[in-house]
Amino acid sequence: MNGTDQRPLLELRGLYKSFGAVQVLHDVDFSINPGQVTALVGDNGAGKSTLVKCISGIYSHDSGEFRFEGRPITIHGPRDAADLGIEIVYQDLALCDNLDIVQNMFLGRERRRNAVLDDPTMEQMAAETLASLAVRTVKSVRQQVASLSGGQRQTVAIAKAVLWNSKVVILDEPTAALGVAQTAQVLELVRRLADNGLAVVLISHNMNDVFAVSDRIAALYLGRMVAQVKATDVTHGQIVELITAGRSGDLGLPPQAEAAVAMDANGVDQ
Amino acid sequence: MTALRTPADATGVEAAPLSSYVNGYWSRVRGGEMGALPAILGLIVLCTVFSIVRPAFLTAGNFANLLPQGAAVTVIAMGLVFVLLLGEIDLSAGYTSGVCAAILALALSDYDLPWYLAILAALVTGTVVGFVLGSLVAKVGIPSFVVTLAAFLAFQGVVLLLIKGGTIISIQDPVILAIGNKNVPPVLGWVLFALGVGAYAAVQLLRIRGRQRRGLTHDPLSLVLIRVGALAVLGGWAVYVLNQERSRNPAIVSLKGVPIVVPIIVALLVILTFVLKRTGYGLHIYAVGGNREAARRAGINTDRIRISAFVVCSTMAAVGGIIAASRANSVDANTGGSNVLLYAVGAAVIGGTSLFGGKGRILDAVLGGAVVAVIDNGMGLMGFSSGVRFIVTGSVLLLAAGVDALSRRRAATAGLR
Repeated sequence: MNGTDQRPLLELRGLYKSFGAVQVLHDVDFSINPGQVTALVGDNGAGKSTLVKCISGIYSHDSGEFRFEGRPITIHGPRDAADLGIEIVYQDLALCDNLDIVQNMFLGRERRRNAVLDDPTMEQMAAETLASLAVRTVKSVRQQVASLSGGQRQTVAIAKAVLWNSKVVILDEPTAALGVAQTAQVLELVRRLADNGLAVVLISHNMNDVFAVSDRIAALYLGRMVAQVKATDVTHGQIVELITAGRSGDLGLPPQAEAAVAMDANGVDQ
Repeated sequence: MTALRTPADATGVEAAPLSSYVNGYWSRVRGGEMGALPAILGLIVLCTVFSIVRPAFLTAGNFANLLPQGAAVTVIAMGLVFVLLLGEIDLSAGYTSGVCAAILALALSDYDLPWYLAILAALVTGTVVGFVLGSLVAKVGIPSFVVTLAAFLAFQGVVLLLIKGGTIISIQDPVILAIGNKNVPPVLGWVLFALGVGAYAAVQLLRIRGRQRRGLTHDPLSLVLIRVGALAVLGGWAVYVLNQERSRNPAIVSLKGVPIVVPIIVALLVILTFVLKRTGYGLHIYAVGGNREAARRAGINTDRIRISAFVVCSTMAAVGGIIAASRANSVDANTGGSNVLLYAVGAAVIGGTSLFGGKGRILDAVLGGAVVAVIDNGMGLMGFSSGVRFIVTGSVLLLAAGVDALSRRRAATAGLR
């Protein structure tokens, strides 16, 4: 994992977002690099989901600057994000149980030939994508998603995100509902995405997962980005302190700011 | 968990043997995915019982009667499948067909329009009704149950107003009358049959060839041959029987051939099945029915899909109304009323379309429509009063809905849903 000195793929500067009177994101800087897994950690209500939704265009932000591959950009809606190659795998998966793997992976972006669905091509592409991710756990791409296990569903959701030559894949708690073996499978897949050159953002509460796959860790505390560090430079305990207190040693918020933040932060719920 | 078949190692993949398909089907049935099995078994049992109790049931004449009798309900059920696939319901489909039939009759009698313009007027009426109902459901957000229940009542009134109280508008136009009452010439019947079976076989074989060329798994040839063979035998037998002379007095008037509604239903079956299974629009209907939020996130305009399903449903109801009006030679206050809607919903559900959305086929409407028509016809022959017939049909609908609900539970425990 080469260092963080390369040019970031996506860079956010000074991002502010409020819902009415509640300031959810406060001067957030965030950058993600190709070929790396960036873990986004933070306690409930720290603003992780809001940050992701601002990136994906579901929420508009109040102020702040977005740069993609060095160019300044604006994201007005999910379409803009998708056009840039930013794909999000939501916690609740967003798969249709009554459709098969191929149909789910191409949903909304089906291949057509003379207005008719081009099933063979889609089936081939889906199989190739799964093979490129070295997924060996699904029997047939024509299986209904209803018949898949939690880990397999997560795999399909992730494969769906990378099918489109995407550059950034954001995973919202991909292992939250999985068992030990399936978690290992999904984490392996996450690592492979980054090794294939994608910029991966992993939102997780599980420190073991975070340290298992991430190159960099970004910690949010009450709507503020308190640290973006290399995973090898910090310990488990330091990250927990950053999440819960906003600072750890010389990392994170300066002591007086920390107190001020904690005081005006009652009401942040996102 | 075996390895995924990638194109690289798929070169050696041949069609799986027939036995594995049989096993796969059987395990799906046991897992609660019964599909059309209950309808087919029910059809066999009902036909056997009625044939034994009333030999008149098994005559060519009765067979030829049965088909147009069930045609209107079957066509309405085909449209209902679209709405049911979304997990919605259209309770007004019956009276929508009545309104459209009344428009047709008025256009023919009061306005002296030619038959094709009258049909167009009826179809456009259905389309507009569907658009309004769908918009109320999708855009305003009123539950479809309430919207269509209100429409059910209102359209009953519209029919009464259109036919000015209790009068009966008779239909004289020979073309319209032919739809529900006349037969296809025997030779043309055989030609259509040959074309249909040939086209089906060609489509199936071409699909296998295409998938083979790309190294994808495909149905075994034997299975396809069995399907084509079954279609040829059943269809051929039906055409043969229907082409027999069934007039009591052939010297005065000859009565033979396949009823015209049969090719109409087959054509609708093929077209709508193609729309649902082979186009992006059809896939989006299933997606919205399966998980609306997922469909929305995938960029599908779910409102438009939902409105369009109601448009298809009401337009098909208009087609059903035209067939019903033609069959009855007239339109009255009861056209599309009484049991029509429940028979249509029953047909779709008995055929295997789920009331919970996301599961169903157009073929279900045809198979279920056949079950409903056989019950109605057979019990009529046995001399049961219409009271008993309603009770039995109601029970069958309840049974089908129960099978649907139980198979969902079974599928949930089997990990299929």
